[in-house]
Amino acid sequence: MIKLEHVNKTFGDHQALIDINTEFKEQQTTVIVGPSGSGKSTLLRSLNLLERPESGRYTFNDQLIDFTKPLSSKDILTLRRKTGMVFQGYNLFPHLTVVKNVMEGPVQVLKQTPAVAKKTALELLTKVGLADKAEAYPSQLSGGQQQRVAIARSLAMNPEYILLDEPTSALDPELEAGVLRVLLELAQEKDSMIIVTHNLEFARSVADKILFVEAGKILFDGTPAEFFKQPTQRIADFLAAMTFTTISDKANN
Amino acid sequence: MNSIWHIIVTAIPQIALAGLKYTIPIAIVSFIIGLILAVLTALVKLSPRHGWFSILKAIAYFYVWLFRSTPLLVQLFIVYFGLPYLKIKGVFPNGIQLDPWTAGIMTFSLNTGAYCAETIRASILSIPEGQWEAAYSIGMTKPQVLRRIILPQAARVSLPPLSNSFISLVKDTSLAASITIIEMFEVSQQIAAENYQPLVMYTLVAALYAILCSILSWLQGYLEKRSSRYIKTAN
Repeated sequence: MIKLEHVNKTFGDHQALIDINTEFKEQQTTVIVGPSGSGKSTLLRSLNLLERPESGRYTFNDQLIDFTKPLSSKDILTLRRKTGMVFQGYNLFPHLTVVKNVMEGPVQVLKQTPAVAKKTALELLTKVGLADKAEAYPSQLSGGQQQRVAIARSLAMNPEYILLDEPTSALDPELEAGVLRVLLELAQEKDSMIIVTHNLEFARSVADKILFVEAGKILFDGTPAEFFKQPTQRIADFLAAMTFTTISDKANN
Repeated sequence: MNSIWHIIVTAIPQIALAGLKYTIPIAIVSFIIGLILAVLTALVKLSPRHGWFSILKAIAYFYVWLFRSTPLLVQLFIVYFGLPYLKIKGVFPNGIQLDPWTAGIMTFSLNTGAYCAETIRASILSIPEGQWEAAYSIGMTKPQVLRRIILPQAARVSLPPLSNSFISLVKDTSLAASITIIEMFEVSQQIAAENYQPLVMYTLVAALYAILCSILSWLQGYLEKRSSRYIKTAN
């Protein structure tokens, strides 16, 4: 279980996160939505300490982090081992083959033998449908394939939570489908996931919980049913702005 | 004409031998030491400014500034002819006397290290932030990220400018003639003094430097190709 209490983060004089309080339960998929620049990526990146909030408490199972105190590198490393991260821009290691990208963490960080790590890596690549690309370099793959490798890379660390920062925003729709299919499968297997996305259809179908973030604040924290069926005015506006039908409706009126 | 051919044919082995004994070893040893210095200096310059890193950073900045702001020939003269007069009671009562080899390799290493440090610093900075983040996110420590992810990619980027530095260094070793090292240029001067054919001798030694550097250019091309296997390029 992940718990955030009174978390604040500023960039210069811009307050990116304001008094964030929420929980992420195990075996659940949480989807974070909100307009661009709302702080949803900052919120996600704070969970594996790529961003360091200035205040608040962060509980990860039995590990407690007080953001007002300096973080020890041991705390940071343990926490990062327990969270996997998937980035919008994939960020695969271009100088390593696909299978070595997936093996890198297990071999270097978990100190697995290359043989063991390779076996797991190939299983994961099969799972994301890319076993035949094991020896290719990332530059030889499409964006969607690269993102699926990135998912396999984060799964290889056997993380307790997988964090995904707009995993399909850089992809064409037909490539997006392949990635979403993998994520759907993970959600069905009850992996613990936290996903920042603009894809509301996807949010509706996989989310156990939705967070709506705007201007650094959580404005909604609840189930998809509540989010889509009884939205507040602000959320209704957001949903309308995100959907083409309403735009064409307005055009017709 | 015959006599000129004769001069050339007898001079080539002598100059080539000097190349094998001095020019090439000095260039290679100095470049290896210089590269190690350069990586360390680049990492210090890129390190966050806190604690005793501030002192290391100041030293790194001073070092690069000093060796890029003064002529290499003057540096050689200070180290070889100047340091013997640096007499410090208790430490160096008789000054620092270095043999030509040591003085040469030290100066060439420090000089090329200062230039290469900037090359390596820039190539590390050219690797996208996302590479650091991805490596950190799988739990790697900073030294692991550098060793496994950043430096291998930075090496590829820095290959052309580092080759520039190495080729320059090979030619700059001719300055070692001034500190009594009998390298290629010194040998050609000695022969010219005997046969009164400076035009022939200096053109000949220039040609030999050109051949040496051409081999290095070819090697650069080969290494670039090899290290770029993973990159999709327009050609």
